[in-house]
Amino acid sequence: MMRTLLVRGLIAGLLAGLAAAVFAFVVGEPHVDAAIALEEAHAAEEAGHHAEEPLVSRGIQSTVGLLAAHLGIGLALGGLFAVVFAVIYGRLGGFSVRTYASLLAGGAFVAVTLVPFLKYPANPPAVGQTGTVGSRTELYFVFLALSVITAGLAVTAARSFADRFGSWVASGIGILGYAVVMTVCAVLMPTVNEVPDDFPATLLWDFRLASLGGLVVLWLVLGAAFGTLVHRALTPTPAKATAATA
Amino acid sequence: MSEAAVPASTSIPSPVRIPLREIVPWAVLIGALAMITMFFISTEDGATTLLAAGGYVHEFLHDGRHLMAFPCH
Repeated sequence: MMRTLLVRGLIAGLLAGLAAAVFAFVVGEPHVDAAIALEEAHAAEEAGHHAEEPLVSRGIQSTVGLLAAHLGIGLALGGLFAVVFAVIYGRLGGFSVRTYASLLAGGAFVAVTLVPFLKYPANPPAVGQTGTVGSRTELYFVFLALSVITAGLAVTAARSFADRFGSWVASGIGILGYAVVMTVCAVLMPTVNEVPDDFPATLLWDFRLASLGGLVVLWLVLGAAFGTLVHRALTPTPAKATAATA
Repeated sequence: MSEAAVPASTSIPSPVRIPLREIVPWAVLIGALAMITMFFISTEDGATTLLAAGGYVHEFLHDGRHLMAFPCH
């Protein structure tokens, strides 16, 4: 059973990474290029700075590098998705495989991507000071960990409340609890704002929207592919069923 | 295991819980591999450096890091 889930999780993860990479290339790359052009124009203006030749050409970065990064993250998330699916399947109610996959993809999108994104959104090149990358990385991963742990606790709490209050109220308590805790964390944790004064607001918005869009594609395809593949693995195919009855 | 003794119908099987003791070794292995993979894609050669790759890892994965919302530089 675990093998069935893990193999399909990894396949779904690769498909999700591929789809997200295509989206990022088509929708995101123009904004990355625009931001890099601004960055280089700034560097050229400052005395003593000249546009540095990249170690890896932009053509490689925006194609092979982009794809490799997405496939790697897709593979990792696909494996984790299968493990978490194995833990929750059958433990949160009598839903079907596809419903569990959809709920997990939606929940993981909120806890892993959306909520951390709202606090520490994606930044294009030319936004963010080199010296603070360490502290920004720490803040991002601490907030991400808080979000994932809180979501896990919320699901566990909701599950234990379900017997007493019913699943509707229990789910509401879990969601409300997660929202309250994450709001407090977001208010208490430091804000990062390193957007240069002259950076175009529209470019920042377009880049962030494209970034979030790519992550939506990633989770959508992961959930849909995993649900489809595992459903097919655990149920007789229509062809077999037809052959059996014929 | 009395609930599992009833054979599932031939159509959609009703959810069967996978025993946690069967999941744990996989969870540890996949968790560790996923963490290592995600660390290298998101952070290596950026905020911290484990391998002396001289910026190549960072530049190769540059666009993916920015677009997947990881702090890059």
